[in-house]
Amino acid sequence: MGKVLMKGNEVIAEAAVQAGCKYFFGYPITPQSELVAYMARRLPEVGGLFLQAESEIAAINMVYGAAGTGVRVMTSSSSPGFSLKQEGISYLVGSELPAVVVNIVRGGPGLGNIQPAQSDYFQVTKGGGHGDYNIPVLAPASLQEIVELTSEAFDIADRYRTPVILMGDGMLGQMMEPVEFIDGTESELPEKNWATTGTRGDGPRRIITSLELNAKSLETRNEALQKKFARIKENEVRYKTYLTDDADYIMVAFGTVARITMNAINKARQQGLKVGLIRPISLWPFPEKPFLETRDVVKGYISVEMSAGQMVEDVRLAVNGHAEVDFYGRTGGVVPTQEEIYQKILTVTGGITV
Amino acid sequence: MSMKTVFKKTNGLTDNPTHYCPGCTHGVIHRLVGEVLEEMDILEDTIGVASVGCSVLSYEYFNCDMTQAAHGRAPAVATGVKRVLPDRYVFTYQGDGDLASIGISEVIHAAARGEKITVIFVNNAIYGMTGGQMAPTTLIGQKTATTPFGRDESIQGSPIKVCEMLATLDGTAYIERVSAHDVPHIQKAKRAIRKAFEAQKNGLGFSMVEILSTCPTNWGLDPYESLEWVKDNMIPAYPLGVYKNIEGGQ
Ligand SMILES: Cc1ncc(C[n+]2csc(CCOP(=O)(O)OP(=O)(O)O)c2C)c(N)n1
Ligand code: SF4
Repeated sequence: MGKVLMKGNEVIAEAAVQAGCKYFFGYPITPQSELVAYMARRLPEVGGLFLQAESEIAAINMVYGAAGTGVRVMTSSSSPGFSLKQEGISYLVGSELPAVVVNIVRGGPGLGNIQPAQSDYFQVTKGGGHGDYNIPVLAPASLQEIVELTSEAFDIADRYRTPVILMGDGMLGQMMEPVEFIDGTESELPEKNWATTGTRGDGPRRIITSLELNAKSLETRNEALQKKFARIKENEVRYKTYLTDDADYIMVAFGTVARITMNAINKARQQGLKVGLIRPISLWPFPEKPFLETRDVVKGYISVEMSAGQMVEDVRLAVNGHAEVDFYGRTGGVVPTQEEIYQKILTVTGGITV
Repeated sequence: MSMKTVFKKTNGLTDNPTHYCPGCTHGVIHRLVGEVLEEMDILEDTIGVASVGCSVLSYEYFNCDMTQAAHGRAPAVATGVKRVLPDRYVFTYQGDGDLASIGISEVIHAAARGEKITVIFVNNAIYGMTGGQMAPTTLIGQKTATTPFGRDESIQGSPIKVCEMLATLDGTAYIERVSAHDVPHIQKAKRAIRKAFEAQKNGLGFSMVEILSTCPTNWGLDPYESLEWVKDNMIPAYPLGVYKNIEGGQ
């Protein structure tokens, strides 16, 4: 299959279908509605099922039911709708069910607007729903990367029995780029012998629940979950670096903002400024290694975000006082321009030095 | 002399002792559902969805695969299960707070879509588990923890009649309201539950049985008075009978 020109939201949908996702429960919200519509058209072709739920709450709970039968299942939404999914996501974590949940982030709080934003960073990386938990969050920066990460999201979900969040800003959902779908190699995944499909005579009945009335038992269960989160932290960190080897200053950005930041870096490099980029791809687990490797040699970091400053807190934790951490952000759906980021680089680095 | 077994525990329930209060009819209703699943020989093909409320632990009691849903969301969870496994039996077991309050949207839309699931709806006119607060089904004048002066229509509105409401939807196949307050009614309740599962078996659409049930603990009545209270107060407010049967009413 050669390259095809597609919209980001549709790329996620097609990549999910190719990753073996046959069930989708969703509810429309801009700027992710094309994903829902694509699934409505596409899933019947592969013998799957698309269902428009009556709300985001119902959709995530349908996902919960379907995930419990062991199939690959997905839902998607954008910020206000994603907030409504938090109840179900907490239950998916508590019951250890695999599913992929897409959040194409728009401006908030409240109804906000339909412009691209990254202001759900805290919500996706710090739990979001009630209880002590973390969920793997993958943040692609290009449509080609969506193809790869969507398939990985399903694998991670199955490997650890966890919901996985695929997060993009509205721009990623709405932009068009040529993409190529490559036949993935099937990765080896654990058998779903926990699924509730009716016992059909094959062994004892199975129960899916997150209820544990005894405090000590729930603590034991939480300890097991925390061990799982530690394994995910160990194995599922993803990031890319750009020109960090000789950098004096390192920019930190994810998603489409990372691409704009890269252009600003190129411009700064032309002026002789040694600037590089760390691009977290997994927002949780947050990549600490590239910071540990650079924090004693660089002069500082600049986190660039479409938020009032959320990821910058994780950057500060990773840097742990070893270097200065600066921030540049736009909110409300305003996308920072290359020029603005370049000007920020000039301010922080003190401009051109020879 | 050979012995004949005339009564035994149904295989539709596990051996776990239930936690229900003495005199609570949740236990009776569990038994009816268990017996129907056993008699229809569908236990191994059934996935039950437990809800939130006093029956939150019903997954410990029904002898089939079970999944536990968030408060009110059981019909959505059941939808997810049934859509993946259309040839299995899927049922929810929900109280009135669960189904008629926080989960009213999920049950209406599951019914409207004609989801081929069976809802066992236990109406005790109160929130049992959280300590006797008002439910959407609390009767006018009924005292609860949150209607200490009695439910006042002008303040709290009027009770929701779920059977009557859902029967208006085209997706529903079988809707009946029964009561668990005496033996003849319990037998009727079992027949209704069986019909609801048969509607599911025949792929006719959404089926629900509402069962008027007791909560002696939160009503502040003894078990016998509670049964009387169902008969004298609940049945007049919630008339028993078949509200929908697309194969032809009784
Ligand atoms: C989201 C959420 N809100 C509130 C509760 C607390 N809660 C637990 S059970 C219940 C009421 C259940 O009443 P009902 O469904 O009538 O069942 P019963 O206990 O009477 O059998 C409530 C409000 C909860 N578990 N989750
Ligand atoms: S509180 Fe009420 S509904 Fe709950 S088990 Fe006790 S009697 Fe039954």
